[in-house]
Amino acid sequence: MEKFTTHTGVGVPLRRSNVDTDQIIPAVYLKRVTRTGFEDALFAAWRGDPDFILNRPEYEHGSVLVAGADFGTGSSREHAVWALKDYGFKVVIASRFADIFRGNSGKQGLLTAVASQENVELLWKVLETQPGTDITVSLEERSIRCGDVVVPFEIDEYVRWRLMEGLDDIGLSLQHADDITDFESRRESWRPTTLPAKTEPKQAVEAARPTS
Amino acid sequence: MGTTLAEKLWNSHLVRKGEDGAPDLIYIDLHMCHEVTSPQAFEGLRLAGRQVRRPDLTIATEDHNTPTLDIDLPIADLTSRTQIDTLRNNAKEFGIRIHSLGDADQGVVHVVGPQLGLTMPGMTVVCGDSHTSTHGAFGALAFGIGTSEVEHVLATQTLPLKPFKTMAINVNGHLPDGTTAKDIILAVIAKIGTGGGQGYVLEYRGEAIRALSMEARMTVCNMSIEAGARAGLIAPDDTTFEYVKGRPHAPEGADWDSAVDYWRTLVTDDDAVFDAEIVLNAADLEPFVTWGTNPGQGLPLSASVPDPEDFADAAEREAAANALTYMGLTPGTPLRDIPIDTVFLGSCTNGRIEDLRAAAAIIKGQVKAPNTRMLVVPGSARVRLQAEAEGLDQVFLDFGAEWRNAGCSMCLGMNPDQLRPQERSASTSNRNFEGRQGKGGRTHLVSPLVAAATAIRGTLSSPADLEAPVGAFA
Repeated sequence: MEKFTTHTGVGVPLRRSNVDTDQIIPAVYLKRVTRTGFEDALFAAWRGDPDFILNRPEYEHGSVLVAGADFGTGSSREHAVWALKDYGFKVVIASRFADIFRGNSGKQGLLTAVASQENVELLWKVLETQPGTDITVSLEERSIRCGDVVVPFEIDEYVRWRLMEGLDDIGLSLQHADDITDFESRRESWRPTTLPAKTEPKQAVEAARPTS
Repeated sequence: MGTTLAEKLWNSHLVRKGEDGAPDLIYIDLHMCHEVTSPQAFEGLRLAGRQVRRPDLTIATEDHNTPTLDIDLPIADLTSRTQIDTLRNNAKEFGIRIHSLGDADQGVVHVVGPQLGLTMPGMTVVCGDSHTSTHGAFGALAFGIGTSEVEHVLATQTLPLKPFKTMAINVNGHLPDGTTAKDIILAVIAKIGTGGGQGYVLEYRGEAIRALSMEARMTVCNMSIEAGARAGLIAPDDTTFEYVKGRPHAPEGADWDSAVDYWRTLVTDDDAVFDAEIVLNAADLEPFVTWGTNPGQGLPLSASVPDPEDFADAAEREAAANALTYMGLTPGTPLRDIPIDTVFLGSCTNGRIEDLRAAAAIIKGQVKAPNTRMLVVPGSARVRLQAEAEGLDQVFLDFGAEWRNAGCSMCLGMNPDQLRPQERSASTSNRNFEGRQGKGGRTHLVSPLVAAATAIRGTLSSPADLEAPVGAFA
């Protein structure tokens, strides 16, 4: 993962709360088996509307999204994070994020910056009155600068450290392989294993007859 | 001070306590995979030259984009077929058990796990699917994860996690006739909001929860994520043990006895303190339906479409106005007058055998509303076979409903089962997001009983609205 210290780019005001992952990327785009190439799917339903914020030339190349509360609710699809990243977003700012979305973002190097709703409103105001304004997000200082507005943001300390160091979670956990093996040696025998497979007696499954 | 059930489950899976702000390392007992959120995780393993640490704690099935028609033919949608083929190839390469289309144990992953007896009290269960919270009904710590975490679990059988906060949801008293587990959870979400559970594990408690069957408990825990929670939990009891006993993977003999002895300790201690607590009175509940575009925008069926102007909070007002525009609804319209084009009975929320039985009992001998179609999609092939053995398929077919093969189907419309633009559904699924069931589709979330009554009357209805007394929902 690339190290993240600061980022400067065009801010995009998305004045909507509860932007769920079905809005960020509809399920129909989830059939791909690759991890990249999702930029066309981002906000697919809204992108058809010429008034949608990303269709306005000033915001087209935005890389810092400033959204309403409860961004990323709903499904666990990491595709939502990939779509934002593939489009070019490096940071999402909101007053509250859904837990799974925030976790997925952290794994993928997309910064989710938690700012108060009051400060989100301040940022929206600048971005709407001066479209195309750059936002500078400093992970080092935990600050957001947009025109004359400078506001702080919150982020989990450990996630911040990992982003700044660009560290891979799996590698970190595998440093504790001995602890994992030790834990496994103590697991109780009633805990199920999927192998060897046990099932009810085999039954043939014919295609259902949908109508009488 | 005592500990909560969630804390007990956490502590019993602690591989390593995090230091200096680092997360704890938590062991995962069961990892379920499906075709949509796993391909990139397997690819990541391959690229890094890593193996699956515990194929024997991993299981895969095909559910999200499998067709519910013509399952004996190759999948017509090429991208869906590629994704399914990718899962099959990955399962083969990494030695993972898979239940494919046409196998009796294929179906929605959250129906399959409990059915096989792989979900038990005291476990940690994860899946790249947010509705993994379903398994919390057994007193297991179960939660949805993203694809990076799927890869992490495949490689290490652990997850680095910060402890969750705990919230008690006390549902006291008895549910009135005609109200169900679905109405409980829709009322909970309406009360605490779609963000109310963020960072929490919800533990459902109280007389009304204890009285629920195992399958009804799964319905409640399933939708914990719609309140923003990481997981939902219900302490195991005799209802749980009876459900698990005798299933293919249930412990036997001495293992069973020691498991049950341990499971009986999985309760929140009397002197434990939750980080938050809410109370609902079951007797006050009625059949509940959603009117908007998130699961928190719900009301009792007897209410009317709300006026956005009546919301005090500016963000909620705006969200309500947007929702009504999308849903094509006018404030003041009684919810009972809303005409429904399609009734969808199925999903990991309400696609189990009890759900099918409950709906069949309502529609038996009745006639479907002429302009309403009804799609019945069992949660798993095994549920379908059971329903057919009980003659329920014939009840649905005689009524004029479509009887389909198992899968996620119209819950998220990744297969051909989709709403058309502006088509309106009453759906027993879990999300009424914009476009969830098909681009431009309008979803009202309902219980199986409301789904059945709606299919008869053609407008959002409960069994109590039917002219003939049915008495089947006692």
